[in-house]
Amino acid sequence: MADIDALALALRAELGPEQVVTDRQTLRTYECDGLAHYKVIPALVVLPHTAAQVATVVKACAAAGVPFVARGSGTGLSGGALPHAEGVLIVTAQMRRIVEIAPADERAVVEPGVINLQVTRAATPHGYYYAPDPSSQQICSIGGNVAENSGGAHCLKYGFTTNHVTGLQIVTPDGDLVRLGGRALDPPGYDLIGAFVGSEGTLGVATEVTVRLTRLPESVRTLLAAFTSIDAAGAATSAIIAAGVVPAAIEMMDALAIEAAEAAVACGYPPGAAAVLVVELDGPSAEVEAQFEQVTALCTKEGAFEIRIAADEAERALFWKGRKSAFAAVGRISPDYIVQDGVIPRTALPEVLRRISEVADSHGVRVANVFHAGDGNLHPLVLFDARVEGEAERAETVSGAIIDLCIEYGGSITGEHGVGMDKAKYMPRMFGDDDLDTMQLVRCAFDPDHLSNPGKVFPTPRLCGERPGSNLAERFPGVEVF
Amino acid sequence: MAALDELTRPAGDDDHVGGVPARLVASPASTEEAAALVAAAQGLSVVVRGGGTKIHWGPPPRSLDLIIDTRRLSGVVEHAAGDLITVVGAGTPLGDLALGDQQLAIDFHPGATVGGVVATGASGPRRLHYGTARDLLIGITVVRPDGVVARSGGKVVKNVAGYDLGKLYTGSYGTLGLITECVFRLHPRPAASAYVRSTAPAQAVSAILAAQVAPTAIEIDTATGELAVLLEGTASGVRERAALIEKLLAGEVSETAPGWWGRDPWAPDEIGLKLSVPLSKVPALVDSGSALRGSAGTGVLYAAARDITEVERLRALCVRSGGHAVVLTAPAEVRDILDMWGPVPGLAVMRRIKEQFDPGYRFAPGRFVGGI
Repeated sequence: MADIDALALALRAELGPEQVVTDRQTLRTYECDGLAHYKVIPALVVLPHTAAQVATVVKACAAAGVPFVARGSGTGLSGGALPHAEGVLIVTAQMRRIVEIAPADERAVVEPGVINLQVTRAATPHGYYYAPDPSSQQICSIGGNVAENSGGAHCLKYGFTTNHVTGLQIVTPDGDLVRLGGRALDPPGYDLIGAFVGSEGTLGVATEVTVRLTRLPESVRTLLAAFTSIDAAGAATSAIIAAGVVPAAIEMMDALAIEAAEAAVACGYPPGAAAVLVVELDGPSAEVEAQFEQVTALCTKEGAFEIRIAADEAERALFWKGRKSAFAAVGRISPDYIVQDGVIPRTALPEVLRRISEVADSHGVRVANVFHAGDGNLHPLVLFDARVEGEAERAETVSGAIIDLCIEYGGSITGEHGVGMDKAKYMPRMFGDDDLDTMQLVRCAFDPDHLSNPGKVFPTPRLCGERPGSNLAERFPGVEVF
Repeated sequence: MAALDELTRPAGDDDHVGGVPARLVASPASTEEAAALVAAAQGLSVVVRGGGTKIHWGPPPRSLDLIIDTRRLSGVVEHAAGDLITVVGAGTPLGDLALGDQQLAIDFHPGATVGGVVATGASGPRRLHYGTARDLLIGITVVRPDGVVARSGGKVVKNVAGYDLGKLYTGSYGTLGLITECVFRLHPRPAASAYVRSTAPAQAVSAILAAQVAPTAIEIDTATGELAVLLEGTASGVRERAALIEKLLAGEVSETAPGWWGRDPWAPDEIGLKLSVPLSKVPALVDSGSALRGSAGTGVLYAAARDITEVERLRALCVRSGGHAVVLTAPAEVRDILDMWGPVPGLAVMRRIKEQFDPGYRFAPGRFVGGI
């Protein structure tokens, strides 16, 4: 720990003592992110206030060969911000300044600790909002969203964080501050923003983010449709897509998830439903009204026994309350649960859900299903009681089997929660050795010493070989290198 | 491993890139064939060519042994309509895609291939609504310069597993290897569409955006003095929204696009630039006196410059506004004395990426930023 002690001393002098945490009790409060069953106490926590301070910290880590992990609000669900026991945890929560809301450029410039929903709140008076809306948007940070390429219920229509970031200031793993992109689109050169967003903190630390602001839609219409079977709700989803409608969101919950939501927030969903869909359309009124009628008719045709149309913002909020609180609500019906995150082609939905239920039954485990049906992103909640011997293991088995199903059906092991610590082991099931090796060429370009969030995303780190330098001039003597 | 001469043929008169003649040409018909070819071509300098519609973009290669023609890597491998995705060979001409009532919403030059549009990151009017190739590409298969085949992404739109190599390859000008297959997210073909043509100034763009009509494209053309808006959707919805914009701009609803819509504003032997500025700076750029055309709703415009002085003036204007100006194409005598790419922030990291993927600087050498 000599390195860490020296680092702590140096950073205290550079940043100020209150921004460097070494006290064991306080360090312990950072031992996990939103995935609480992984716990590691960091060797050191720093709380920088500026990009320059982040660069100072990273540079010091690079010089000492000490690993570092960036953390925003710590709400991630894949252990992406799990600290390193011999490393520095760089907490960006103090960097929460909205630098500028620029409606004329349709951009906002924010520091990484700014909370997702605050961007929308700041933009709304100007007629704009920030489209990516993870369920945790009241507490998750933009920096974390950038690391994880966060989605949300409305990414069916509006895309993910990567489609909404036009500029970044990052600290590279060797401690350099680099600006990429800005308010203008299509900066020349490799799309480093595209490479960085979703890299889960393994390519450096974002210290400023320029995001697109989206014009508020003229009209938003939301309906809740109740079905007597999952298959019927799945068929309605397919019918809506087949009709050429692109809703802002199509969300589904099954009976067990509805039961949990009812118990927790009394959302008043239709009793007796085996599945409910929340469908939201937004856009110009002239389009939304016609398409909303079409969606309502399709739900009826596929067997919805009750359709409620939100009459006002309060009722719309109630529809969403049941959906958005579903994860936490499951705590009402089960002492413990695993939140899974996998993706399948949406047309395989009914079949995969049947198979999930078979797997769950065969292990005597209950699974509540909540998901973004429109884009096939499943969030099965695998319920268990850790006090009962063997239940946790059985739940883990079922959770892993669900991921296997996603791969079998040509989907993905994660739609929005990230690989992090939790799913690195599944990466070789989705990608071949050569694929993983190629991805890690990018890692080697940014972080040849593997100091930035090591141990995440990739199960086996690639040896980066000889350290690359800018030897273009050596290789091509006489060629101008500008 | 097959010998190189079994996989290639001698180059013909047309097989040159920016005036640099190639020695050999190869047309692999599958990812496996392409991998074998690239593995056998170690030590050679390579340029990848699709339809050739943009092969004159960018500086000429420093050297050129082999042109890999992608046009046999063609065809729709899969079109999962219910999942709104398609898997296509990189050599597939975009104009040949038959996806029924769905579409790959990328604008392209006639004859352009999927791989060419992705490799150059080319875009057109509809980017305002649909985004560009980088936004629509959800999976990619490439052959690395060392002959290794790699995939990233997948066949589902929502997917955050692993690094998104598709983003890195989009707009990389063939400097990181050969793209053989792409997976795209699709959109439904709109039931109806209409253009509103007007002579409103660029300042009107903010009023159009404020009208909440969700336009698919807002294009401006200084030569004709026109500002035109594309609206897509249901028949009744388009009628209503077009009428609103018609009134707002004192324009005229038209079923067809203006003749200049989506076309490069330069002639084949002229200097063509791609300009990009923050949205609020579009009016100043448009009023700066150059011949411009393009997406006034996103700040990505194209210009035909008379000479290097005009290139420099436009570049200074864009860079000062927080944007960029890239010379896409220019006559040889201009190209040779011009910095086509202009200033490139982040170049040091880009060089390190190139050195990881192509340490021998063999793929499209010198065609990209900073001599990459």
